This record gives sequence, C-alpha cells and structure tokens, in this order.
Amino acid sequence: MQWRNSTDSYGLIGRLLHWLVAVTVFGLFGLGIWMRGLDYYSSWYRAAPEIHKSIGMLLFGQMLVRVAWRFFSPGPAPLASHGSLVQVATRLMHELLYLGLFAVMIAGYLISTADGRSIEVFGWFAVPASVTSLANQADLAGMIHKYLAWLLVILAALHALAALKHHFIDRDSTLLRMAGRVSKAQVSIR
Amino acid sequence: MLKKRFIALALASTLFGGQALAADYVIDKEGQHAFVNFKISHLGFSWLYGTFKDFDGTFSFDADKPEASKVKVNLQTASVDSNHAERDKHLRSPDFLNVAAHPTATFESTSVKSTGKNTADIAGNLTLNGVTKPIVIAAHFLGEGKDPWGGYRAGFEGNTTLKLKDFAIEKDLGPASQTVELILSIEGVRQ
Repeated sequence: MQWRNSTDSYGLIGRLLHWLVAVTVFGLFGLGIWMRGLDYYSSWYRAAPEIHKSIGMLLFGQMLVRVAWRFFSPGPAPLASHGSLVQVATRLMHELLYLGLFAVMIAGYLISTADGRSIEVFGWFAVPASVTSLANQADLAGMIHKYLAWLLVILAALHALAALKHHFIDRDSTLLRMAGRVSKAQVSIR
Repeated sequence: MLKKRFIALALASTLFGGQALAADYVIDKEGQHAFVNFKISHLGFSWLYGTFKDFDGTFSFDADKPEASKVKVNLQTASVDSNHAERDKHLRSPDFLNVAAHPTATFESTSVKSTGKNTADIAGNLTLNGVTKPIVIAAHFLGEGKDPWGGYRAGFEGNTTLKLKDFAIEKDLGPASQTVELILSIEGVRQ
C-alpha cells in the first residue's frame, strides 16, 4: 500500500483526504439545511450549529493539509485516453471545488465571528475572530455561505456524475484509481 | 450672540414657514439621547435586552396641554442589536422581523390621555413587520428645560407590551416568551 501519489495512481493519503472531504461536505450541507428549521425547544437547537461549526473548522484545517499534500505529492497524470477538452474541464472543476470549499468555509466563519466571538471547536480549542464589524457582516456572509454551499454541492454532484460517466460509459480507471483499485483495474480494462 | 440667534431665527422661519413651533421637538438622534429598547424573557429564566440603533421622529408637547401632544417615530428594523451578531442575523430573518420585506416600523399617535401628574397613555398605530395595529404606550414625562448649550429639551420614557403573534412574528420561543416589552427613552430638542 503506497502512501504517496504516483504518476498513475492516488496514494492512501490522497484518497483518504478526498473521501473524507466528500462525506464531510455533504454531511455539513444536510446538517446546515436541517438545523435552520429546528424548533427553539429542540434538544438539537444549540448542539446542531455547534457541531456544524466545529466540523467546518476542522474541515478547513483538513483542506489546508490537502493543499499542502498536493504540493508535496502531486496527483497522478491525466489518463492518456482523456482528450484535451476533458483534461481542461477536469482541471477547471477541481480548481472550482477547492476554491468553492475555501470560500464557503470562510463565509461561514465570518458569520459566527462577525462581532468578535470566537468559534469553539468541540470544546477542544477556539478559532478566534479576525475580520469583524464589516457593514452588515453576519447577514452578508450568511447569504454568501448559503448560495456558495448550494453551488458547491451542485459542483460536487457534477464531479461525481463525471466520474461515473468515466467508469460506466468510457470504462476507464478515473474512479477506480480514486478508490484505490488502480492496478487491478488497469489490468482488467486494458 | 444676538446676531447668531437672529440668524437661527431667520433660518427656522425659512425652514418652517414661520409656523408657531414653540412646542415642536425633534428626537435627539444627533446626540443619541434616545433609545428604543426591548426586553423579552429567555425561557422564563432571565431577560434578554436589545435595542434598535437607527430611528428618528418628532413630537409636539406642551406641559399645560398634554392631551394635545403628538408623536411620530420611524425606525429601521435592520438596526436591531442584541449584542450577538448571529442572533441579530436571526432576528432580521423572516422568523422574526423580516427586515428585507419590512425595513421600517412606524408609530404615530392618535390620542393622548392624561393619567396623572406626569403620566399619560399615548394611543396610536404601530406598524411592525408589515402589520398595523393600535397600541397604547404608558408614558412618563421626566423633565424639560434649557440645556447648557443654548437649546431646550424635553424627555420621556414609555413602555408597552406587544404579543409577537399580533405582529406576525411566528417563531415560537416558548410559553414565557410570547410577548416583548418595548421601552422607549426619548429626548427631544425643541425646534
């Protein structure tokens, strides 16, 4: 089992980071929608936003690690079967997902820290406020957070659809190499 | 000094068309000696206080004829501040004040009834969250007189209690929190 990415496959670290972010993003999205409709007397009324914010802050840290890992251990080269248009589209989508992720997390952070309060992460540590008291900060950041979150899950869904298309229609190893089955897959497909 | 006063008088008569304005006041927004505060119970255990930072208004008042008094206030609901940015964001949302749809609240008196030496009931229409309803503010005249800077001021405090549901605020905060008390502390500068 290799840890680092190679020229034709993703290593364990890269795959773990990818799938953990995927699960977290959809989990946070669902939690975010659900918690907004909670009754004031629901036992989740206070806990759900705290969990949402704590996981969001941890995701931010994880994304920093992921970006650093990309520099340390670049991902595999595009598959030879992918044309230049597919390669450009793939790259653009990956960049949008990274950008969108950071943007939605920063916007969320700016809601909760708008008046200088810090964000408690599961009571382990607190992320202090930085930018505060911008005009209408909490409301503006809230609107941006909501729309970016929708945009992000739509992009992620398209990203997943594209992977499925590569797997079932093109029958290439795009999805399999992110699932850690690249060598066998390549043998069986080629 | 005399010249200055003359200019001020000339200016006032130009602006107000020379009407008799002896007892017309503008709420002191400039120096902000005026507050629209509210308090609401939190679960029945404590009071949560908040304020509206942006409002203006006028009143007319003559201590000898309190029943002829009038008051009008315009308030920007987005200026709600309860010392917690996330809560204020929630208060501005459609769960509470729905400020995008109803950015202003207004109160205009319709009649004033003296209830004691320095107290009166001010009846009027309150428009809040798009709903207009008659309310009564129990007002207390605190004092009036020359201020140290050449002006003349009068001040009041008033209280009224609103049912949240009366003004289409549907978020249920629990049985102890069905009403909110408004506490108005108003100083006017005579024009």
